[in-house]
Amino acid sequence: MTSLPDQAHPDRTLPGSTRPPGGEPTPTHSRRRFLTYLVAAPTLAVAAQVVADVAGPATARALPSLPAPAEVLDLGDVLILAGKPTEDLIVVSVDQRGRVGLALPRAEVGQGITTAVAMLLADELDVPLSSVDVTLADARPELVFNQLTGGSNTMRSVYGPVRRAAAVARARLLAAAALRWGTTPGALTVTDGVVSGPGGRSATYGELSAAAADRTLTVALAAPKPTAQQRVVGTPTNRVDARAMVTGQQRYTLDLDVVPGALPTMLRRPPTINGTVRSLDNEAQLRAMPGVVDVAVVRTGVAVLAETFGQARDAVAAVQATWGPGTVDGEDDASIRRTLRAATPPPLAPGLLVQTVDAEFDFAFVSHAPLEPNCAVAHVTADRAEIWSPLKSPIVAQETIAAELGLPVSRVTVHVVQGGGSFGRRLFSDAALEAARVSKATGRPVKLLWSRIDDMRHGRARAASHHRIRATHAAGDVLTFEHRVASVETDFGHGLGEILTSVAASLPVAGNLSFAQTVFLTTVHSPYHLGVTTQTLSEVPLQMHTGSWRSVYSANTRGAEEVVVDELAAATRRDPAEFRRRLLKEDRFRAVLDRVVQEGQWGRRMPRGTAQGLGFHAEYKGCTACLVEIDARDPQDPRVTRATIAVDVGRAVNPRGLEAQMLGGLTDAIGTTLRAGLHVVDGLPLEGSYSQFHYTRQADSPTDVRVFVVDSGEEPGGAGELGVPAAVGAIANAYARATGTRPRSFPIVFPVDFEPFPR
Amino acid sequence: MPNYTFQLNGETVTVDAPADLPLLWALRDKLGVTGPKYGCGIDVCKACTSHLDGEAIRPCVTPTAEVAGREVTTIEGLADGDRLHPVQEAWLEQDVAQCGYCQPGQIMAAVALLRRTSDPTDAEIDEIQNVCRCGTYVRIREAIKAAAARM
Repeated sequence: MTSLPDQAHPDRTLPGSTRPPGGEPTPTHSRRRFLTYLVAAPTLAVAAQVVADVAGPATARALPSLPAPAEVLDLGDVLILAGKPTEDLIVVSVDQRGRVGLALPRAEVGQGITTAVAMLLADELDVPLSSVDVTLADARPELVFNQLTGGSNTMRSVYGPVRRAAAVARARLLAAAALRWGTTPGALTVTDGVVSGPGGRSATYGELSAAAADRTLTVALAAPKPTAQQRVVGTPTNRVDARAMVTGQQRYTLDLDVVPGALPTMLRRPPTINGTVRSLDNEAQLRAMPGVVDVAVVRTGVAVLAETFGQARDAVAAVQATWGPGTVDGEDDASIRRTLRAATPPPLAPGLLVQTVDAEFDFAFVSHAPLEPNCAVAHVTADRAEIWSPLKSPIVAQETIAAELGLPVSRVTVHVVQGGGSFGRRLFSDAALEAARVSKATGRPVKLLWSRIDDMRHGRARAASHHRIRATHAAGDVLTFEHRVASVETDFGHGLGEILTSVAASLPVAGNLSFAQTVFLTTVHSPYHLGVTTQTLSEVPLQMHTGSWRSVYSANTRGAEEVVVDELAAATRRDPAEFRRRLLKEDRFRAVLDRVVQEGQWGRRMPRGTAQGLGFHAEYKGCTACLVEIDARDPQDPRVTRATIAVDVGRAVNPRGLEAQMLGGLTDAIGTTLRAGLHVVDGLPLEGSYSQFHYTRQADSPTDVRVFVVDSGEEPGGAGELGVPAAVGAIANAYARATGTRPRSFPIVFPVDFEPFPR
Repeated sequence: MPNYTFQLNGETVTVDAPADLPLLWALRDKLGVTGPKYGCGIDVCKACTSHLDGEAIRPCVTPTAEVAGREVTTIEGLADGDRLHPVQEAWLEQDVAQCGYCQPGQIMAAVALLRRTSDPTDAEIDEIQNVCRCGTYVRIREAIKAAAARM
């Protein structure tokens, strides 16, 4: 792609304004200089680049002495900072039909970002939402650190660049119309992609697109609309892809018909995590099975290619192989828990005149378990490779696959396909890599599917953790709050380590920290004034398939803290809502808490065995409070019956999408707090399907849920993960009050109530 | 391999498949009908829920031979041309789908429920076991009630 510097005259006042009356650029934007890049194209394709004369929001801040690192620079800021040099390589195009297009360098996995980005474009360009096509960009290595979907960061990171590029595109279209009609852009208006001018003249964006792409066109400085003028952004909007989804037309990776002859492929995997194949002992028998086309041994198991997945599955079940040991053979829940406890530093000894609240918590492994299992399509030939997969870090996938195949990166094309859920899982490209290996080994294009059993047992999981919390208080005041976390090592080998390294000098943490500790410190902070607050992470290096799971460390860490906050309130004889209200650090925190207290009728009388519970969480510039009611009359069969949630993420781009994210966070919290986890036995999880891994179903879901969106501010904060930790705390606290117990091990109801599948 | 002929979304189709091949794979791998999704293969997640003679079935555990001469409806066959089924309309209005992967099965399960009972109670809606990993249950419940009211 060629980019031509078009003009850089930010200080020159050009005739006409590209804004309607009152549409002066906001101060933030007027301080920025824009370079317009016209991308070589017959019609309009434009990228705007900010000239780096203004420091980014993160570095512009003073460093307060007391707040936790994550309050100074959170993981989302880190991702924005790392992506900044390439953030304006996002290209907005307007074609001759007037359709607005943008290939988003992020992964849509259900969070609604294509809808939200389409809203930004529709708003900025004054076109209907139906005229906008947001697709997912292939891996673009030139974006370096700016193609990773994680840390609740998409809207935070693209809100500026997408609107800036769209504003420039709009300015060019207006300039083209002004030139054609001998007037100034200020005399023009735009409605639904039609430019109107004096004398009843009008032209569609499509008609102006070619002229707007003329390099010699003089264009005024363009800045995005101020918040007050946004009409689409901030309005509850339904998903742009909903119709495809409800009619079965949405194409996921294995629905694609992109490589003729790509064969259904499944693997038989070793009986323990990271086990190896010593030998395949019945290859001839497998090859003779109905529908089987090819068999190959790869690093992760025995691959069978067949005419249908049903036949591949039958052949995989018939594999006889000799397996080598894995990396955690012999480990089980008890041994891992012992290791974690031993790795948790003891709390400091309390002073003599203070009282303490001590609590220890255990959290089990939790499968990501997106409903679409791990999958990829791969077509590897001697000199190139083409991959399709739902990938949140496609550049790393591309580099890894290129290295594995011995090909230059430029010969590996990686297509990002819309995914059937992620929750952190799609940060890893293991299916894409495995598919590439099988395709190379067999010389055939493959459609790789992991069975559900493999997805749960050999897939990724949130690492198990142990928590030791000690708070001290005297005369009703909390003096210290100490939280020591020990966790099985979380794998951040999906590109985040490189990102952290790239911005190391800007990080508000110091010392010889691991990547994981840096992530911990840039995501976890207490929203409360709890005196001297200490939160630390120790990692236990067990080689298992872990990965950050929606809200990374916060679901466990902050969830446990919310339980202790309730216990501190009890110890100091205060109401949990009033106690939180007094200690919350910010007014906007109190606003969402007050909202749920009021709307959820906090303190109303509840029948015996049922109770209310509160939780609060703040991260990535957003905050939320959650009030649930639980029916735990049978403590082994609890049900959350009602939930009231208030959320403030700053500018809520799509309140309806934000509400959906909060509902998802609540549902995740119901599952992981009450019933859903993995039991590890002899180096492998026992759970192999949703009948065993008890993720929330309709019968576990509350019938009365209300979400209140509080829109405050100019910029969007993170929303995708925010809902989980507050709801974890609220549910655990409600359970504690309903049952008179102190929940310490999660999920709370966690028997092995099934016959495990064979290994 | 034997041939099996059945009605699929209003059309007669013939598929050449082993008798015990799960219908899911006959649909997806042989007939190119990809609306029904694989999520577990053992009738647990219910993502592939479709209809056999109007009743909800899970194609992942239904042998292809069993549908010979019968009528199979997948999500693709639910709408009447461009006119969506009221349950699909309700799904759009409530903006139910997130990742969307389970939604064809959720909708087919809801349609089957509404055929059995025109005004389902919360307890009846709770009996739908289809897993939604994104957690759209609240909106699914609202959409079923909205569709019931409309139908």
